Amino acid sequence: MKPISSVIGRAYPLGLKNIDTDIIIPAAWLKTISRSGLGKGAFQSLREVPGNVFDDPAYADAPILIAGDNFGCGSSREHAAWAMADLGISAVIAPSFSDIFSGNAFKNGLLAIVLPQDAIDRLMEVAQTDSIHIDLETQTVTTPFQDRFAFEIDPFRKHCLINGVDEIGLTLKSSDAISTYETKISASQPWLTPNIA
Amino acid sequence: MPTSQTLYEKIWNAHVVEQRDDGTCLIFIDRHLVHEVTSPQAFEGLRVAGRRVRRPDLTLAVPDHNLPTTARLDSDGQHVPIADPESAQQLEALERNAPEFGIAYINATDIKQGIVHVVGPEQGFSLPGTTIVCGDSHTACHGGLGALAFGIGTSEVEHVLATQTLQLTRSKSMEVRVEGELGPGVSAKDVVLHITGVLGASGGTGHVIEYTGAVIRALSIEGRLTISNMAIEHGARAGLVAPDDTTFAYLKGRPMAPKGAQWDAAVAYWRSLATDTGAVYDKVVTINAADIAPSVTWGTSPEDVLPITGIVPDPSTFADPSKQEAAKKSLAYMGLTPGTAMTDIEVQNVFIGSCTNSRIEDLRAAAAILKGRKKAANVKWAIVVPGSGLVKHQAEAEGLHRIFIDAGLEWREPGCSACLGMNPDKVPAGERCASTSNRNFVGRQGPGARTHLVSPAMAAAAAVTGKLTDVRELMN
Ligand code: SF4
Repeated sequence: MKPISSVIGRAYPLGLKNIDTDIIIPAAWLKTISRSGLGKGAFQSLREVPGNVFDDPAYADAPILIAGDNFGCGSSREHAAWAMADLGISAVIAPSFSDIFSGNAFKNGLLAIVLPQDAIDRLMEVAQTDSIHIDLETQTVTTPFQDRFAFEIDPFRKHCLINGVDEIGLTLKSSDAISTYETKISASQPWLTPNIA
Repeated sequence: MPTSQTLYEKIWNAHVVEQRDDGTCLIFIDRHLVHEVTSPQAFEGLRVAGRRVRRPDLTLAVPDHNLPTTARLDSDGQHVPIADPESAQQLEALERNAPEFGIAYINATDIKQGIVHVVGPEQGFSLPGTTIVCGDSHTACHGGLGALAFGIGTSEVEHVLATQTLQLTRSKSMEVRVEGELGPGVSAKDVVLHITGVLGASGGTGHVIEYTGAVIRALSIEGRLTISNMAIEHGARAGLVAPDDTTFAYLKGRPMAPKGAQWDAAVAYWRSLATDTGAVYDKVVTINAADIAPSVTWGTSPEDVLPITGIVPDPSTFADPSKQEAAKKSLAYMGLTPGTAMTDIEVQNVFIGSCTNSRIEDLRAAAAILKGRKKAANVKWAIVVPGSGLVKHQAEAEGLHRIFIDAGLEWREPGCSACLGMNPDKVPAGERCASTSNRNFVGRQGPGARTHLVSPAMAAAAAVTGKLTDVRELMN
């Protein structure tokens, strides 16, 4: 995973709540067997509407997306995070995220920043004309107009994002603990192994 | 450690391999279901890193999402090739990856094949008190058996394949208590649609919900699976129903379930899992069964629920301005005008299937309404897609398929089908579908498709009248 410590640039002021995973990437795009190339299908239904933010040259290649409540609700498809990354988005700011989406975002080095609605309203305004600065070290979102919003992030996730840590590699260091657990359980609950034949 | 624990806490605590200082836990995963859509990149990741699958014996692969539901073998018993090259490529990838990594694979023409969330319980692969994951958000379904089950993304699929664990933080707990007795024509699907309407699409975010109360206790396992299936639609990480005698009776004798003395030991353990008296949930919501009518969605979020006797709402009546905006967009997409009676809305398509409602009991409920009736002329496309080959076989043994076919519905092979429109089963743009699936999102059943979520009996009623219909009127 690529280390990430800050994101600076323009932001798509989307603002809508309940942006679900079918909006982020429709099912027709899920038939791929690789992780790249999904940007073309990202936000397809929104992009069919003339004048949408994604095709507005003012926001071309913006690395940030601002959205409303419950962003990424719906399916577990990680394709949503891949599609956004492929579109060039490195961070989403919203009042809340679905649990699965924020997990998927984290695993792909995409920042999912939670800020209260009034901060979102202000950033939506700024995004019309100016860029936004997200700093992961100091956990702040700032604007050229002296706005400064602090956000919370799980310290473990912060560490992994900043250092680009591979989570599987990290867990494999606990292989012995996993083996101990397996031995204990197969003794106390031997029926747990299914009769797959 | 508190002496009184909830079902969720008991399952969680039993699966902690390691706990870090910040509270994150390494959780052991007992069961992993793998399907063709969210796994290719995970297997690819393993190959690139030179990693193996840690516990192939706890992993089961089955294709379901984009498999066509038309005949899979021709009259000579030869495999019918899959027309869509991309679907074919994903299915071939799973067919290759499963043996390469030593994972049991149920192939497309095996009678055991079906939707992952139907196959798991049916085979006894899913058990109470276990942790179950799958790269599909409706994995919460297995919570109907009292398993802690949740959907994961592809990176997590790879993580579980490689380590049989996940790094997780504990969720909050919520009790949704449904008291009373369900009225005639009101099914488990109506209960969960109603709950979603009450909680909202994000009402359960950050929580694991335990469904309790007299209504839940009285439900069959099929009904409990339907309810837990849609936990994700009110934002919950997982849903749970405490295992009881109904659960044990359902599981006993299933092919992958424990046998003999092992079975007795397992049941004794499962009985100890129920939430202790005095255990405290972070949040409790109580619902009265008398308030639940046969329900239907009007919009493009599963929280947009109404009783079938309701009328399409006026967006300006919503207090929350962002909800007003969303409702306006929903109605435009759905082609609906405020004030229209739900029962005046015509449908051109009917879909009976999906992991929410494709078990034998669901098909029986639909058949009871369709028996001796015909689908309305304006209903162009109506399909019944059983959840598995075994459900299909059972339905045929009971003659249900005859009822469907005589009524003018198509009887298909098992799979996800029009639940998400990845295979050829799609609802045409601008047309409406009364659907027993779990999501009414924009474009879910095909680009421009308009979905109304309902129970199997309500879907059957809509097929008969050609409109959204109060099933109680057809029940005499
Ligand atoms: S039927 Fe629908 S919700 Fe269920 S597993 Fe298939 S696609 Fe997912």
